[in-house]
Amino acid sequence: MTQASRFRSIMLSPAQTEGARVMGICNSCRYCEGFCAVFPAMERRLDFNAVDMDYLANLCHNCGACYHACQYAPPHAFALNVPRSLARIRKASYAHYAWPVALGRLYQRQGLLLALALVGSLAVLMFVANALIGSTATLGQQSFYAVIPHQTMVVLFGSVFSFAVLAMTVSAWRFWREHAVENQPGADRESLAAIAGLRYLDGGGEGCVEQTDAPSLARKHLHHASFYGFLLCFASTSVATLYHYIFGWQAPYDLLSLPVVLGTVGGILMCVGSAGLLVMRIRRDRRLGDPEQYPMDVGFVSLLFLVAFSGLVLLVLRDTEAMRASLIVHLASVLAFFVLMPYSKFVHGLYRGLAILKHHREQKSPNPLGLSEG
Amino acid sequence: MVIGGGNAALCAALVAAESGAKVMLLESAPRDERGGNSIHTRNIRCMHEAPQDVLTDVYDADEYFEDLLRVTKGVTDETLARIVIRQSSSCRSWMKQHGVRFQPSLGGTLHLSRTNAFFLGGGKALMNAYYRSAERFGIQIRYQSPVVGLVCEGRRIRAALIGEPSAADRDDVRLEWPVRERIDAKTIVIASGGFESNIPWLTEAWGEAAANFRIRGCRFNRGRVLRQLIDAGAQAIGDPRQCHAVAIDARAPLYDGGIVTRVDCVSLGIVVNTEAQRFYDEGEDFWPKRYAIWGRLVAGQPQQLAWSVIDAQAQGRFMPPVFPGEEAQSLPELARKMKVPVAQFMETVEAYNASVVPGRFDHAVLDDCHTQGISPAKTHWALRIEKPPFKAYPLRPGITFTYLGVKVDEQAQVLGFDNVFAAGEIMAGNVLGQGYVAGIGMTIGTIFGRIAGARAATMALGRQARPQGILQ
Repeated sequence: MTQASRFRSIMLSPAQTEGARVMGICNSCRYCEGFCAVFPAMERRLDFNAVDMDYLANLCHNCGACYHACQYAPPHAFALNVPRSLARIRKASYAHYAWPVALGRLYQRQGLLLALALVGSLAVLMFVANALIGSTATLGQQSFYAVIPHQTMVVLFGSVFSFAVLAMTVSAWRFWREHAVENQPGADRESLAAIAGLRYLDGGGEGCVEQTDAPSLARKHLHHASFYGFLLCFASTSVATLYHYIFGWQAPYDLLSLPVVLGTVGGILMCVGSAGLLVMRIRRDRRLGDPEQYPMDVGFVSLLFLVAFSGLVLLVLRDTEAMRASLIVHLASVLAFFVLMPYSKFVHGLYRGLAILKHHREQKSPNPLGLSEG
Repeated sequence: MVIGGGNAALCAALVAAESGAKVMLLESAPRDERGGNSIHTRNIRCMHEAPQDVLTDVYDADEYFEDLLRVTKGVTDETLARIVIRQSSSCRSWMKQHGVRFQPSLGGTLHLSRTNAFFLGGGKALMNAYYRSAERFGIQIRYQSPVVGLVCEGRRIRAALIGEPSAADRDDVRLEWPVRERIDAKTIVIASGGFESNIPWLTEAWGEAAANFRIRGCRFNRGRVLRQLIDAGAQAIGDPRQCHAVAIDARAPLYDGGIVTRVDCVSLGIVVNTEAQRFYDEGEDFWPKRYAIWGRLVAGQPQQLAWSVIDAQAQGRFMPPVFPGEEAQSLPELARKMKVPVAQFMETVEAYNASVVPGRFDHAVLDDCHTQGISPAKTHWALRIEKPPFKAYPLRPGITFTYLGVKVDEQAQVLGFDNVFAAGEIMAGNVLGQGYVAGIGMTIGTIFGRIAGARAATMALGRQARPQGILQ
């Protein structure tokens, strides 16, 4: 443990102090043990320091099942709200682990940040596109590169994306430095399956709770659509990059080409998934989350939808006069997405993945506590 | 009509609705506090001839009945008990149809994995599932509808009188409360619990000591309907002066402390009263088998207060308590924090320490660490209280439920009435005359809830009675 994390284990933030109070009560009750990974992880501890709270908070998928099942939820005097308490800690942990550290405070102004990133990206791309009017006429009407030259795209998107990857890698390292536990045989494979299958986003089997206490698997399915849609789009871009550099084939590609098929399927999945998640998030019982996190959640899924939807619009309009405008909008949304990646809800997957990795390693090692039955 | 809003009430309402009856359910609590004491439960005791999903091994009817005989010391109606036991083997599939989910026994409860099926998320999740199912079945659910009167006509109850919501947690059960509404029904299932939340009533049995009791369940079980039913001529059953009392943390809230207020370190240390005297063998048997007698023991002490004292050797060996203990580096300092006489405390601890015979400590078995030449003895897990930091947890009696109820027959029919049925705590005394065994309250509530609901529906619809057949 580093000096800094030793210090953090003593100094709990107010949100972490509340989280530790909640977990202390939960640890004496344990009725929710079967819902997810948070409670079994909690049971391996008797006291909860700041690092423990960040770990448990990121392990929580906010399915909400434990809120309605809680005999100590308001109006009870203990006033337990596990999902909300952990959401607060989680959001603060994004800022804590962000890199560069100073940019962690961007988590406090997510709405403004999103607007600035979008407007900024749009301005940059329009400026580039305008500066080029007339000079690239030889490439023909249908070429995307007539609007934004390939070289410019590579430099612009490549540098922003590289920075995002660097920032998130450092953030992940900063997280893992505090949370690393010894590996156990088979643990990481289990973790990957739990991550890929969203094993803990289902309230123990029947799903998340949304407006009422009735569980539903809709959120899990929509998240799958968004996530795998995103991966397909990413694959589409990767294949297109190979086409460009290895085979020298230039975009736009044929409708039945691999990049377009991957991108179309991925885009549709992302559109459906993010739109569904957005609607569910807006309608969801507000007690289950942290009100301060609302702009971050809504902003992120909205941007995800914009990226996917503008991509599909571009596909439809690419042979028309409107191609130029739709290309600029699509690229601007993608650029904004890249800019925001390390400072938005996007990182939830990063820390949650690492927390799950830690959890499965922990579960496979002997329990440090030997409690008598009660 | 079903009076009550806990497990037995919902089981009755659901079965009645399944049978085609038009059902109204009257719950005295508001929506957010619905479910009675059932929200604090976590499992149901079920017999099974072979391993069943979350239940391991075999727990047959005879063993179940023997367990019941042992805890009740024979104060049970064997016919009714056998009905409960037999049907407990099949009730879980019905529960699952209504959205209840089960899980393997919780951390720290392995000793129940053979006999008790745990609800995923606990009793409140179970009640939520039942209420959702009730809504789907079109059962009319009326929250904040305390029944303040029953309209009797010979051997029938014609109607229930609904009072203002504020009547729900008032103690004057014999007072005439203002009536908001009269609701008529052909048949009535009463599943309104016991009277454990009614401290003046508890005082009748326990005297002033009852003022220091904590109620582990909800604040709504004032016994209003129970009183009216008995006053109207129902035959009472169960000792009116007895209740199930366990030792819980003295800092628990007056109501709804539930499971977390338990203190599980009694057998690892010593227990002294406010005069710093020990008063019972802390290591007589495993804690899960003894916690239920400690409520009564603490109730018999001055101020109904006692302290469980442990040293560093006990740390991390017991389920984490919800409130931190008083902590001190020395025993006199601890005594001062406990506000007990320091000199007497030191004498008690020293006498105990001197009597400890060294042995091989093992909390998982009845080990040979015991005392010699001291009264009361500590017969197992006796280690000297010597390693700081020392901790002390205050204990008070925590009341789980009361035994007084109304006598019913095999059809859950209240003796003395033609159209009234009872289920749950209000009739549990028929089966559980005294004592307790984990998860049996939910079994009685579920089985008799279903019988009562089925019979009430059959009678209301004017059909031929099909004794129990409807449940299979």
